[in-house]
Amino acid sequence: MSIRHSLLALLQDQPRYGYQLRVEFENRTGATWPLNIGQVYTTLDRLERDGLVSNEGGDGEGHVVYSITAAGKAEVQGWFAAPVERVNPPRNELAIKLALAVTLPGVDVQAIIQAQRVASIRALQDYTKARRDTAANQRSADTAWLLVLDSLIFQTEAEVRWLDLCEARMVQQAQSAGQGATRKPSTGVTVEEAAPLIADSRR
Amino acid sequence: MSVQGPQQVLELAKVSRAFGEGATAVAALRDVDLTISAGEFVAVMGPSGSGKSSLLALAGGLDRPTSGAVFVESTPLAGLGLNELARLRRRAVGYVFQDFNLVPTLTAAENVALPLELDGTGAKKAHRQALDALRQVGIPELADRYMDQMSGGQQQRVAIARAIVGERRLILADEPTGALDSTTGQGVMEVLRLRADAGAAVMLVTHEARHAAWADRVVFLRDGRIVDQAAAMHDPTMLLAQAGL
Repeated sequence: MSIRHSLLALLQDQPRYGYQLRVEFENRTGATWPLNIGQVYTTLDRLERDGLVSNEGGDGEGHVVYSITAAGKAEVQGWFAAPVERVNPPRNELAIKLALAVTLPGVDVQAIIQAQRVASIRALQDYTKARRDTAANQRSADTAWLLVLDSLIFQTEAEVRWLDLCEARMVQQAQSAGQGATRKPSTGVTVEEAAPLIADSRR
Repeated sequence: MSVQGPQQVLELAKVSRAFGEGATAVAALRDVDLTISAGEFVAVMGPSGSGKSSLLALAGGLDRPTSGAVFVESTPLAGLGLNELARLRRRAVGYVFQDFNLVPTLTAAENVALPLELDGTGAKKAHRQALDALRQVGIPELADRYMDQMSGGQQQRVAIARAIVGERRLILADEPTGALDSTTGQGVMEVLRLRADAGAAVMLVTHEARHAAWADRVVFLRDGRIVDQAAAMHDPTMLLAQAGL
Protein backbone atom coordinates (compact mmCIF):
# COMPACT_ATOMS: atom_id res chain seq x y z
CA MET A 1 0.00 0.00 0.00
CA SER A 2 1.39 3.37 -0.91
CA ILE A 3 0.94 5.63 2.11
CA ARG A 4 3.09 8.19 0.36
CA HIS A 5 0.76 8.50 -2.61
CA SER A 6 -2.37 8.32 -0.49
CA LEU A 7 -1.22 11.25 1.64
CA LEU A 8 -0.23 13.23 -1.43
CA ALA A 9 -3.64 12.60 -2.99
CA LEU A 10 -5.36 13.87 0.15
CA LEU A 11 -3.16 16.98 0.19
CA GLN A 12 -4.13 17.71 -3.39
CA ASP A 13 -7.64 18.23 -2.05
CA GLN A 14 -6.51 20.86 0.50
CA PRO A 15 -3.63 21.59 2.91
CA ARG A 16 -3.85 19.44 6.02
CA TYR A 17 -1.88 18.49 9.11
CA GLY A 18 -0.76 14.99 10.07
CA TYR A 19 -3.64 13.94 12.27
CA GLN A 20 -6.21 15.22 9.74
CA LEU A 21 -4.54 13.18 7.02
CA ARG A 22 -4.80 10.05 9.10
CA VAL A 23 -8.50 10.63 9.86
CA GLU A 24 -9.32 11.41 6.21
CA PHE A 25 -7.49 8.31 5.00
CA GLU A 26 -9.34 6.04 7.43
CA ASN A 27 -12.71 7.66 6.67
CA ARG A 28 -12.31 6.94 3.01
CA THR A 29 -11.17 3.35 3.41
CA GLY A 30 -13.47 2.35 6.27
CA ALA A 31 -10.55 2.00 8.67
CA THR A 32 -9.66 -1.21 6.86
CA TRP A 33 -5.98 -0.27 6.88
CA PRO A 34 -5.40 1.78 10.04
CA LEU A 35 -2.51 4.23 9.78
CA ASN A 36 0.04 4.63 12.50
CA ILE A 37 0.39 8.37 13.22
CA GLY A 38 4.16 7.98 13.47
CA GLN A 39 4.14 6.56 9.94
CA VAL A 40 2.21 9.62 8.76
CA TYR A 41 4.78 12.05 10.19
CA THR A 42 7.75 10.10 8.85
CA THR A 43 6.16 9.99 5.41
CA LEU A 44 5.44 13.74 5.49
CA ASP A 45 9.10 14.42 6.39
CA ARG A 46 10.25 12.41 3.40
CA LEU A 47 7.74 14.03 1.06
CA GLU A 48 9.04 17.42 2.19
CA ARG A 49 12.64 16.30 1.70
CA ASP A 50 11.74 15.19 -1.85
CA GLY A 51 10.04 18.51 -2.60
CA LEU A 52 6.59 17.00 -3.07
CA VAL A 53 4.97 18.86 -0.17
CA SER A 54 5.84 22.09 1.58
CA ASN A 55 5.63 22.89 5.25
CA GLU A 56 3.24 25.82 5.72
CA GLY A 57 4.13 26.27 9.37
CA GLY A 58 1.80 26.06 12.35
CA ASP A 59 -1.93 26.72 12.26
CA GLY A 60 -1.76 28.51 15.60
CA GLU A 61 -3.00 25.46 17.48
CA GLY A 62 0.24 23.55 17.42
CA HIS A 63 -0.42 21.64 14.14
CA VAL A 64 2.07 21.74 11.30
CA VAL A 65 0.15 22.19 8.06
CA TYR A 66 1.43 20.75 4.77
CA SER A 67 0.40 21.59 1.22
CA ILE A 68 1.20 19.89 -2.04
CA THR A 69 3.78 21.30 -4.49
CA ALA A 70 3.62 21.24 -8.30
CA ALA A 71 6.00 18.26 -8.29
CA GLY A 72 3.72 16.56 -5.76
CA LYS A 73 0.70 17.10 -8.04
CA ALA A 74 2.56 15.54 -10.93
CA GLU A 75 3.44 12.58 -8.71
CA VAL A 76 -0.23 12.04 -7.77
CA GLN A 77 -1.29 12.29 -11.39
CA GLY A 78 1.29 9.66 -12.31
CA TRP A 79 0.09 7.39 -9.51
CA PHE A 80 -3.55 7.53 -10.61
CA ALA A 81 -2.61 7.04 -14.25
CA ALA A 82 -0.40 3.98 -13.75
CA PRO A 83 -1.81 0.53 -13.03
CA VAL A 84 -0.91 -0.89 -9.63
CA GLU A 85 2.44 -2.59 -9.84
CA ARG A 86 2.46 -6.34 -9.35
CA VAL A 87 5.58 -7.28 -7.46
CA ASN A 88 5.75 -10.87 -8.71
CA PRO A 89 2.63 -12.49 -7.31
CA PRO A 90 2.07 -11.05 -3.81
CA ARG A 91 2.97 -13.54 -1.10
CA ASN A 92 -0.08 -15.62 -0.32
CA GLU A 93 0.27 -17.58 2.89
CA LEU A 94 -2.66 -19.84 2.10
CA ALA A 95 -1.29 -20.86 -1.30
CA ILE A 96 2.13 -21.48 0.23
CA LYS A 97 0.60 -23.52 3.05
CA LEU A 98 -1.37 -25.74 0.67
CA ALA A 99 1.52 -26.12 -1.74
CA LEU A 100 3.65 -27.44 1.12
CA ALA A 101 0.84 -29.53 2.57
CA VAL A 102 0.23 -31.47 -0.66
CA THR A 103 3.90 -32.37 -0.95
CA LEU A 104 4.40 -33.56 2.64
CA PRO A 105 3.38 -37.01 3.83
CA GLY A 106 0.90 -37.34 6.65
CA VAL A 107 -0.74 -33.93 6.22
CA ASP A 108 -4.55 -33.94 6.02
CA VAL A 109 -4.95 -31.47 3.17
CA GLN A 110 -8.73 -31.75 3.08
CA ALA A 111 -8.91 -30.82 6.74
CA ILE A 112 -6.77 -27.76 6.04
CA ILE A 113 -9.02 -26.82 3.12
CA GLN A 114 -12.18 -27.23 5.17
CA ALA A 115 -10.86 -25.25 8.14
CA GLN A 116 -9.90 -22.43 5.79
CA ARG A 117 -13.23 -22.64 4.01
CA VAL A 118 -15.12 -22.12 7.27
CA ALA A 119 -12.92 -19.16 8.18
CA SER A 120 -13.25 -17.63 4.70
CA ILE A 121 -17.03 -18.04 4.61
CA ARG A 122 -17.24 -16.45 8.04
CA ALA A 123 -15.27 -13.46 6.82
CA LEU A 124 -17.47 -13.33 3.73
CA GLN A 125 -20.58 -13.33 5.94
CA ASP A 126 -19.21 -10.40 7.91
CA TYR A 127 -18.22 -8.40 4.85
CA THR A 128 -21.62 -9.08 3.29
CA LYS A 129 -23.40 -7.91 6.42
CA ALA A 130 -21.19 -4.83 6.69
CA ARG A 131 -21.93 -4.06 3.04
CA ARG A 132 -25.67 -4.47 3.54
CA ASP A 133 -25.67 -2.24 6.64
CA THR A 134 -23.51 0.40 4.96
CA ALA A 135 -25.60 0.40 1.78
CA ALA A 136 -28.77 0.75 3.87
CA ASN A 137 -27.46 3.99 5.37
CA GLN A 138 -27.33 5.53 1.89
CA ARG A 139 -24.76 8.12 2.91
CA SER A 140 -22.70 9.41 0.04
CA ALA A 141 -19.66 9.45 2.36
CA ASP A 142 -19.88 5.65 2.44
CA THR A 143 -19.23 5.18 -1.27
CA ALA A 144 -15.49 4.75 -0.77
CA TRP A 145 -16.01 2.24 2.03
CA LEU A 146 -18.48 0.27 -0.13
CA LEU A 147 -15.83 -0.01 -2.84
CA VAL A 148 -13.33 -1.35 -0.34
CA LEU A 149 -15.90 -3.82 1.01
CA ASP A 150 -16.72 -5.01 -2.51
CA SER A 151 -13.04 -5.62 -3.07
CA LEU A 152 -12.79 -7.67 0.13
CA ILE A 153 -15.92 -9.63 -0.82
CA PHE A 154 -14.56 -10.49 -4.26
CA GLN A 155 -11.18 -11.49 -2.87
CA THR A 156 -12.72 -13.75 -0.26
CA GLU A 157 -15.12 -15.29 -2.74
CA ALA A 158 -12.19 -16.02 -5.04
CA GLU A 159 -10.43 -17.70 -2.15
CA VAL A 160 -13.39 -19.99 -1.49
CA ARG A 161 -13.68 -20.89 -5.17
CA TRP A 162 -10.00 -21.64 -5.28
CA LEU A 163 -10.38 -23.91 -2.23
CA ASP A 164 -13.20 -25.78 -4.01
CA LEU A 165 -10.93 -26.22 -6.99
CA CYS A 166 -8.03 -27.48 -4.84
CA GLU A 167 -10.32 -30.00 -3.22
CA ALA A 168 -11.73 -31.21 -6.52
CA ARG A 169 -8.20 -31.60 -7.88
CA MET A 170 -7.12 -33.63 -4.87
CA VAL A 171 -10.09 -35.92 -5.28
CA GLN A 172 -9.35 -36.37 -8.96
CA GLN A 173 -5.75 -37.18 -8.17
CA ALA A 174 -6.71 -39.65 -5.46
CA GLN A 175 -9.11 -41.34 -7.85
CA SER A 176 -6.66 -41.71 -10.69
CA ALA A 177 -4.02 -42.93 -8.22
CA GLY A 178 -6.32 -45.53 -6.73
CA GLN A 179 -7.91 -46.75 -9.96
CA GLY A 180 -9.87 -49.92 -9.37
CA ALA A 181 -10.14 -49.24 -5.68
CA THR A 182 -13.76 -48.99 -4.55
CA ARG A 183 -13.06 -46.45 -1.83
CA LYS A 184 -15.31 -43.46 -2.17
CA PRO A 185 -13.57 -40.10 -1.85
CA SER A 186 -14.37 -38.47 1.45
CA THR A 187 -15.64 -35.28 -0.17
CA GLY A 188 -18.22 -36.98 -2.31
CA VAL A 189 -17.00 -35.01 -5.31
CA THR A 190 -17.02 -37.22 -8.35
CA VAL A 191 -14.65 -36.94 -11.26
CA GLU A 192 -17.47 -35.73 -13.48
CA GLU A 193 -18.11 -32.89 -11.04
CA ALA A 194 -14.47 -32.11 -10.57
CA ALA A 195 -13.86 -31.81 -14.29
CA PRO A 196 -16.11 -28.80 -14.96
CA LEU A 197 -14.76 -27.20 -11.80
CA ILE A 198 -11.27 -27.43 -13.16
CA ALA A 199 -12.28 -26.27 -16.60
CA ASP A 200 -13.97 -23.47 -14.65
CA SER A 201 -17.12 -23.42 -16.68
CA ARG A 202 -18.93 -21.75 -13.80
CA ARG A 203 -19.59 -18.07 -13.89
CA MET B 1 -27.75 -18.70 19.36
CA SER B 2 -30.65 -20.36 21.11
CA VAL B 3 -32.57 -22.82 19.02
CA GLN B 4 -35.14 -23.89 21.56
CA GLY B 5 -38.80 -23.33 22.22
CA PRO B 6 -41.72 -22.48 19.99
CA GLN B 7 -39.53 -20.36 17.72
CA GLN B 8 -38.21 -23.52 16.12
CA VAL B 9 -39.71 -23.72 12.63
CA LEU B 10 -37.80 -26.68 11.20
CA GLU B 11 -36.19 -29.55 13.02
CA LEU B 12 -34.44 -32.56 11.53
CA ALA B 13 -33.52 -35.13 14.16
CA LYS B 14 -31.06 -37.87 13.27
CA VAL B 15 -32.35 -37.94 9.73
CA SER B 16 -30.97 -40.51 7.30
CA ARG B 17 -32.03 -41.20 3.75
CA ALA B 18 -30.85 -44.16 1.74
CA PHE B 19 -31.73 -45.02 -1.83
CA GLY B 20 -31.79 -48.66 -2.87
CA GLU B 21 -31.28 -51.64 -0.60
CA GLY B 22 -28.61 -54.05 0.52
CA ALA B 23 -25.16 -53.90 -1.02
CA THR B 24 -26.16 -51.35 -3.65
CA ALA B 25 -27.75 -48.92 -1.19
CA VAL B 26 -26.53 -45.34 -1.38
CA ALA B 27 -26.75 -43.14 1.68
CA ALA B 28 -27.76 -39.64 0.64
CA LEU B 29 -27.98 -38.37 4.22
CA ARG B 30 -26.62 -39.86 7.43
CA ASP B 31 -27.75 -38.86 10.92
CA VAL B 32 -28.31 -35.23 10.14
CA ASP B 33 -29.40 -32.95 12.98
CA LEU B 34 -30.44 -29.49 11.93
CA THR B 35 -32.71 -26.87 13.44
CA ILE B 36 -33.79 -23.58 11.93
CA SER B 37 -35.54 -20.99 14.07
CA ALA B 38 -37.92 -18.23 13.11
CA GLY B 39 -35.95 -15.30 11.73
CA GLU B 40 -32.97 -17.46 10.90
CA PHE B 41 -31.42 -17.75 7.44
CA VAL B 42 -29.37 -20.92 6.99
CA ALA B 43 -27.36 -21.76 3.87
CA VAL B 44 -26.38 -25.32 3.02
CA MET B 45 -23.21 -25.76 0.98
CA GLY B 46 -21.46 -28.82 -0.34
CA PRO B 47 -20.44 -30.47 -3.59
CA SER B 48 -23.10 -32.08 -5.80
CA GLY B 49 -23.99 -35.44 -4.40
CA SER B 50 -23.29 -34.33 -0.85
CA GLY B 51 -26.98 -34.51 0.05
CA LYS B 52 -28.03 -30.86 -0.25
CA SER B 53 -31.10 -31.47 -2.37
CA SER B 54 -32.14 -34.53 -0.35
CA LEU B 55 -32.00 -32.38 2.76
CA LEU B 56 -34.26 -29.79 1.18
CA ALA B 57 -36.75 -32.39 -0.07
CA LEU B 58 -36.99 -33.94 3.40
CA ALA B 59 -37.35 -30.55 5.08
CA GLY B 60 -40.31 -29.72 2.89
CA GLY B 61 -42.00 -33.09 3.19
CA LEU B 62 -41.46 -33.87 -0.51
CA ASP B 63 -39.61 -37.00 0.55
CA ARG B 64 -39.59 -39.13 3.69
CA PRO B 65 -36.49 -40.12 5.68
CA THR B 66 -35.36 -43.74 5.95
CA SER B 67 -34.88 -43.07 9.65
CA GLY B 68 -35.09 -40.08 11.95
CA ALA B 69 -37.78 -37.43 12.21
CA VAL B 70 -38.66 -34.13 10.56
CA PHE B 71 -40.73 -31.49 12.37
CA VAL B 72 -42.23 -28.42 10.74
CA GLU B 73 -43.56 -25.95 13.32
CA SER B 74 -43.40 -28.80 15.85
CA THR B 75 -45.58 -31.09 13.73
CA PRO B 76 -43.90 -34.45 13.05
CA LEU B 77 -44.26 -35.03 9.30
CA ALA B 78 -44.13 -38.81 9.76
CA GLY B 79 -47.49 -38.69 11.53
CA LEU B 80 -49.27 -37.02 8.62
CA GLY B 81 -51.22 -38.72 5.87
CA LEU B 82 -50.69 -37.66 2.26
CA ASN B 83 -53.52 -35.13 2.28
CA GLU B 84 -52.48 -33.62 5.59
CA LEU B 85 -48.91 -33.41 4.39
CA ALA B 86 -49.95 -31.65 1.19
CA ARG B 87 -52.01 -29.23 3.25
CA LEU B 88 -49.12 -28.46 5.59
CA ARG B 89 -46.84 -27.94 2.62
CA ARG B 90 -49.24 -25.48 1.06
CA ARG B 91 -49.78 -23.57 4.31
CA ALA B 92 -46.42 -23.56 6.05
CA VAL B 93 -43.76 -24.22 3.45
CA GLY B 94 -42.73 -22.14 0.45
CA TYR B 95 -40.37 -23.39 -2.24
CA VAL B 96 -38.17 -21.48 -4.61
CA PHE B 97 -36.66 -23.56 -7.39
CA GLN B 98 -33.84 -22.82 -9.79
CA ASP B 99 -36.14 -22.97 -12.81
CA PHE B 100 -38.97 -20.99 -11.16
CA ASN B 101 -41.74 -23.54 -11.99
CA LEU B 102 -44.23 -20.83 -12.84
CA VAL B 103 -47.33 -21.39 -14.96
CA PRO B 104 -46.86 -19.47 -18.24
CA THR B 105 -50.58 -19.05 -18.96
CA LEU B 106 -51.23 -17.31 -15.65
CA THR B 107 -50.33 -13.73 -14.67
CA ALA B 108 -47.85 -13.01 -11.89
CA ALA B 109 -50.66 -12.41 -9.38
CA GLU B 110 -52.48 -15.59 -10.47
CA ASN B 111 -49.32 -17.64 -10.10
CA VAL B 112 -48.79 -16.30 -6.60
CA ALA B 113 -52.45 -16.80 -5.63
CA LEU B 114 -52.50 -20.37 -6.91
CA PRO B 115 -51.36 -22.22 -3.75
CA LEU B 116 -53.86 -20.24 -1.68
CA GLU B 117 -56.71 -21.06 -4.03
CA LEU B 118 -55.71 -24.72 -4.08
CA ASP B 119 -55.97 -24.54 -0.33
CA GLY B 120 -59.54 -23.25 -0.48
CA THR B 121 -58.99 -19.51 -0.04
CA GLY B 122 -61.57 -17.43 -1.95
CA ALA B 123 -60.34 -15.86 -5.20
CA LYS B 124 -60.67 -12.28 -3.96
CA LYS B 125 -58.81 -12.84 -0.73
CA ALA B 126 -56.15 -14.89 -2.53
CA HIS B 127 -55.65 -12.08 -5.04
CA ARG B 128 -55.28 -9.54 -2.25
CA GLN B 129 -52.67 -11.67 -0.50
CA ALA B 130 -50.88 -12.25 -3.79
CA LEU B 131 -50.61 -8.50 -4.37
CA ASP B 132 -49.23 -8.11 -0.87
CA ALA B 133 -46.60 -10.78 -1.53
CA LEU B 134 -45.63 -9.14 -4.84
CA ARG B 135 -45.25 -5.86 -2.98
CA GLN B 136 -42.93 -7.54 -0.49
CA VAL B 137 -40.65 -8.73 -3.27
CA GLY B 138 -40.68 -5.30 -4.87
CA ILE B 139 -42.71 -5.86 -8.06
CA PRO B 140 -46.34 -4.86 -7.29
CA GLU B 141 -46.57 -3.12 -10.68
CA LEU B 142 -46.01 -6.40 -12.55
CA ALA B 143 -49.03 -8.20 -11.08
CA ASP B 144 -50.88 -8.48 -14.40
CA ARG B 145 -47.94 -9.54 -16.57
CA TYR B 146 -47.56 -12.99 -18.06
CA MET B 147 -44.29 -14.86 -17.62
CA ASP B 148 -43.03 -14.25 -21.16
CA GLN B 149 -43.36 -10.52 -20.51
CA MET B 150 -40.91 -10.63 -17.60
CA SER B 151 -37.16 -10.94 -17.20
CA GLY B 152 -35.58 -13.91 -15.43
CA GLY B 153 -34.99 -11.84 -12.31
CA GLN B 154 -38.61 -10.67 -12.28
CA GLN B 155 -39.87 -14.24 -12.72
CA GLN B 156 -37.73 -15.36 -9.81
CA ARG B 157 -39.28 -12.62 -7.69
CA VAL B 158 -42.72 -13.95 -8.65
CA ALA B 159 -41.54 -17.41 -7.60
CA ILE B 160 -40.40 -16.03 -4.25
CA ALA B 161 -43.68 -14.17 -3.82
CA ARG B 162 -45.46 -17.49 -4.41
CA ALA B 163 -43.22 -19.07 -1.76
CA ILE B 164 -43.99 -16.47 0.89
CA VAL B 165 -47.66 -15.76 0.16
CA GLY B 166 -50.01 -16.36 3.07
CA GLU B 167 -47.27 -15.70 5.61
CA ARG B 168 -45.62 -19.06 5.20
CA ARG B 169 -42.92 -19.35 7.80
CA LEU B 170 -40.55 -21.84 6.22
CA ILE B 171 -38.91 -20.85 2.92
CA LEU B 172 -36.87 -23.52 1.12
CA ALA B 173 -34.76 -22.34 -1.80
CA ASP B 174 -32.82 -24.66 -4.11
CA GLU B 175 -30.11 -22.76 -6.05
CA PRO B 176 -32.65 -19.97 -6.67
CA THR B 177 -30.13 -17.79 -8.48
CA GLY B 178 -28.83 -20.46 -10.82
CA ALA B 179 -30.21 -18.97 -14.01
CA LEU B 180 -29.70 -15.33 -13.08
CA ASP B 181 -26.88 -12.85 -13.62
CA SER B 182 -25.00 -11.90 -10.49
CA THR B 183 -26.66 -8.53 -9.82
CA THR B 184 -30.12 -10.07 -10.10
CA GLY B 185 -28.91 -12.95 -7.95
CA GLN B 186 -27.95 -10.49 -5.23
CA GLY B 187 -31.45 -9.03 -5.44
CA VAL B 188 -32.92 -12.48 -4.79
CA MET B 189 -30.65 -12.89 -1.76
CA GLU B 190 -31.82 -9.52 -0.48
CA VAL B 191 -35.45 -10.62 -0.68
CA LEU B 192 -34.72 -13.88 1.16
CA ARG B 193 -32.76 -11.95 3.79
CA LEU B 194 -35.68 -9.54 4.31
CA ARG B 195 -38.06 -12.47 4.72
CA ALA B 196 -35.84 -13.95 7.41
CA ASP B 197 -35.55 -10.56 9.11
CA ALA B 198 -39.35 -10.42 9.06
CA GLY B 199 -39.51 -13.72 10.98
CA ALA B 200 -39.46 -16.54 8.42
CA ALA B 201 -37.08 -19.48 8.67
CA VAL B 202 -35.10 -19.68 5.43
CA MET B 203 -33.06 -22.60 4.15
CA LEU B 204 -31.00 -21.98 1.03
CA VAL B 205 -29.11 -24.65 -0.86
CA THR B 206 -26.29 -23.16 -2.90
CA HIS B 207 -22.76 -23.71 -4.14
CA GLU B 208 -22.06 -19.99 -4.41
CA ALA B 209 -20.11 -18.64 -1.45
CA ARG B 210 -21.24 -15.07 -2.11
CA HIS B 211 -24.86 -16.12 -1.76
CA ALA B 212 -24.29 -18.33 1.26
CA ALA B 213 -22.67 -15.31 2.89
CA TRP B 214 -26.09 -13.67 3.25
CA ALA B 215 -27.06 -16.37 5.75
CA ASP B 216 -26.73 -16.25 9.52
CA ARG B 217 -25.33 -19.75 9.50
CA VAL B 218 -23.65 -21.81 6.79
CA VAL B 219 -23.85 -25.59 7.06
CA PHE B 220 -21.34 -27.71 5.14
CA LEU B 221 -22.42 -31.13 3.89
CA ARG B 222 -20.04 -33.87 2.80
CA ASP B 223 -21.12 -37.39 1.95
CA GLY B 224 -24.51 -36.84 3.54
CA ARG B 225 -23.14 -35.57 6.84
CA ILE B 226 -22.86 -32.12 8.33
CA VAL B 227 -19.13 -31.63 8.69
CA ASP B 228 -18.99 -28.01 9.76
CA GLN B 229 -20.95 -24.87 10.43
CA ALA B 230 -19.96 -21.26 10.12
CA ALA B 231 -21.80 -18.49 11.89
CA ALA B 232 -21.15 -14.84 11.16
CA MET B 233 -19.11 -13.19 13.85
CA HIS B 234 -20.28 -9.61 13.29
CA ASP B 235 -17.25 -8.47 15.17
CA PRO B 236 -15.47 -5.45 13.69
CA THR B 237 -12.10 -6.42 15.17
CA MET B 238 -12.27 -9.80 13.50
CA LEU B 239 -13.30 -8.10 10.27
CA LEU B 240 -10.09 -6.10 10.34
CA ALA B 241 -8.04 -9.12 11.34
CA GLN B 242 -9.49 -11.01 8.38
CA ALA B 243 -8.54 -8.17 6.10
CA GLY B 244 -4.95 -9.01 6.92
CA LEU B 245 -4.09 -6.53 9.66
